Amino acid sequence: MLLQARRSFRSLLPLMGLLLCLAGAAGATTEVHEEAAADDAHALPAIMPVTVVKSDSTADHTKFKELKHAFDSGPEVTKACLSCHTEAGKHVMATKHWTWEFKNPKTGQTLGKKHLVNTFCTNARGNEGMCAQCHVGYGWKDESFDFSKEENIDCLVCHDRTGTYYKTPNSAGNKACAVMFEGKKAIDWQHVAQNVGLPGRENCGACHFYGGGGDGVKHGDLDSSLRLPKKALDVHMDADGLNFACTECHKSDKHDIAGSRYDMVAKDTAGIGKPGEQRHAASCESCHGNGPHDMDLTGLKLNDHVAKVACQTCHIPSFARGGVATKTSWDWRTAGKTKNGEGYKEHGYIQGNGEDRAVYKSIKGSFQWGENLTPHYAWFNGVMDYTTIDTKFDPAKGPVEVNRLVGEPGAADARIWPFKRMQTVQPYDKGNNTLVYMHLWGEDDNSYWGNYDFGRAIRTGMEKNNLPYSGEYGFVETYSYWPITHMVAPKHDAVRCVECHSKDGRLEGIGGVYLPGRDSGNLLDMLGISLVMLTFLGVLGHAFIRVCCNKAKRGHA
Amino acid sequence: MTMRTVMVYKRFERIWHWCQMALIMTLLVSGFAVRGIHHLVDFRSAVSVHTLAALCLMVLWLFATFWLFTTGDWRHYLPKREGLLQVARYYAWGIFRGEEHPYNKLFWRKHNPLQALAYMLLKVVLFPAIWITGIPYLLYNVWREQAPGWLEPVVWIHVGAAYAILAFVIVHVYLLTTGHSFVAHVKPMVTGYDEVDLTPAEEAYLQESRIVPMK
Repeated sequence: MLLQARRSFRSLLPLMGLLLCLAGAAGATTEVHEEAAADDAHALPAIMPVTVVKSDSTADHTKFKELKHAFDSGPEVTKACLSCHTEAGKHVMATKHWTWEFKNPKTGQTLGKKHLVNTFCTNARGNEGMCAQCHVGYGWKDESFDFSKEENIDCLVCHDRTGTYYKTPNSAGNKACAVMFEGKKAIDWQHVAQNVGLPGRENCGACHFYGGGGDGVKHGDLDSSLRLPKKALDVHMDADGLNFACTECHKSDKHDIAGSRYDMVAKDTAGIGKPGEQRHAASCESCHGNGPHDMDLTGLKLNDHVAKVACQTCHIPSFARGGVATKTSWDWRTAGKTKNGEGYKEHGYIQGNGEDRAVYKSIKGSFQWGENLTPHYAWFNGVMDYTTIDTKFDPAKGPVEVNRLVGEPGAADARIWPFKRMQTVQPYDKGNNTLVYMHLWGEDDNSYWGNYDFGRAIRTGMEKNNLPYSGEYGFVETYSYWPITHMVAPKHDAVRCVECHSKDGRLEGIGGVYLPGRDSGNLLDMLGISLVMLTFLGVLGHAFIRVCCNKAKRGHA
Repeated sequence: MTMRTVMVYKRFERIWHWCQMALIMTLLVSGFAVRGIHHLVDFRSAVSVHTLAALCLMVLWLFATFWLFTTGDWRHYLPKREGLLQVARYYAWGIFRGEEHPYNKLFWRKHNPLQALAYMLLKVVLFPAIWITGIPYLLYNVWREQAPGWLEPVVWIHVGAAYAILAFVIVHVYLLTTGHSFVAHVKPMVTGYDEVDLTPAEEAYLQESRIVPMK
């Protein structure tokens, strides 16, 4: 069957190309609507079946009797999946996609969406009714969610290949918000269940492109432009070229997917590994090795950079390049303004693909957007030190780094990495000097997205989680750092040598390394130039006296 | 003693000199571009050119060293105190008074004492300083894990020596303008022939043996 499918696939290639174009065009037209919605209220876009994923599957799910009946809900489909894939449930339950929790062995910190405070909507914790749309499960809306029930796993969000599957918030939320999710076509569970496959970019992208509350908001190197990117935007995902699915690099082992931001490999010295070894690493080196440039005069020197400079630093010259903007700054202080008692939004940023992005929303505050941004560079050894909900800080000491990058300048385990640096002004507990959980989403009177009252939203958010709250909140400036690793440009667009090897270049201020072209003009050059100048003046003086004497002599004669 | 026009700079020596001149100029320009002193050449090209020219120069030096020792010409560079003060005095004083240069070229001593001393210092101090630091600099990635702190001294010596070589070039070129004329000074390094004070024995020997062309 598979062979047949492949044969017919090949013969249909030209037609499929045409269909893909049409699908792409259709996707583009509907995207406007969806993304406007996503931008407004975190609604996930319906998945577009626009990418072809390489598969060597030996199963055709349309033929499975387990799937040849009607289903009324997601969990029912999951039960059917697990009746054959008996171990998949246990595997998924062990992953961060399920637990939203990660204990970093290097720092001992407990991380994950279940715990962290970020610099966007600040906390998923307590707002699961909304945020857990991106949880790989069904129905997490509060503490009562059963993490041990396998049928609560949502297989389809990753494996649907029809593009008709979608998720909505797990709880209704305030009336004003809930209305955004109405009017969607009901899911045909049987159709979806029979058409599962390996995840395409649109599957992963349904959540990862929309982190932070909208298209491209959070990462800057992940947004909907990567569904069907051109080569200039991403050489690996190039829809007309390599057309990599995310999992081509983000290899999985028992559903655990490599390449988490919580525990990064900043310097992969294992390279392509031993002969025949399949590495479960999402690093560039795991495919390209540790000496990826041609062995010519320039290539050898470029290979030397591998020790201190991450591949991404040169090969991603700028991010948010696909026509979708990323949020660069967010000010919560201005949130809560109303017109006639109603929340509103102000438009004011037209991004590269023509879409309008809001620069103010009553529910969130003021934003700035950016595109084609030059990364922020820093030494990084893969470890981030988080300011968690219980970390005390001194607000007088300048911006709080929510995830401080660890890595000594010049250290053997660190490299210079590119980041998006997000700047936010967000609420904090003025009495305890900690960040806060806000109760944003809910049907009650205390949720901020309804009453626009920070005091009550914070008090509720903290009380719900048994956290101390002084009762007084203020606003503190925060930074968060997002490693830039997607949107790898074609090699001719890589950062040119001189952009770092010059004064006021990209790496101005980066210590721990001697950078020819940047680090001149010190005592050595002062002495050297003085020597040369004095020599030159000496020679000139000598010549001058010679000429004068000659003239004098001729005068005498 | 008779002044005769003799081949003092043999073909290899002349090729060596002019190749070395071209390579050193290339290295100075590209090297200071890499260092960031000027921006006449873009960084990427400057690095490649610098590396390539350095490799060529080191090969040339290998040949030159072999040549110097096999021909015995290395003796020309041995410093001698005799006449040194007179030559120094000449450049500091006599030259302004229109005195004649106190030194006449000898067949086995084609450089004046000050010149010989300067060239020897160039060969045993500045040039080694450049290549002894230049090679590790080029191979930095091989040893950086073992000796991370050594890059800085390597850079300082390499760049410092480069400035000193540039100063040498300035004086070297300037001194060509002293004496009869610039052309008269450069010509021997082009044709190989220069006026040399020969003893009657030397003259007779060179005449007879014809090991060195003589006009």
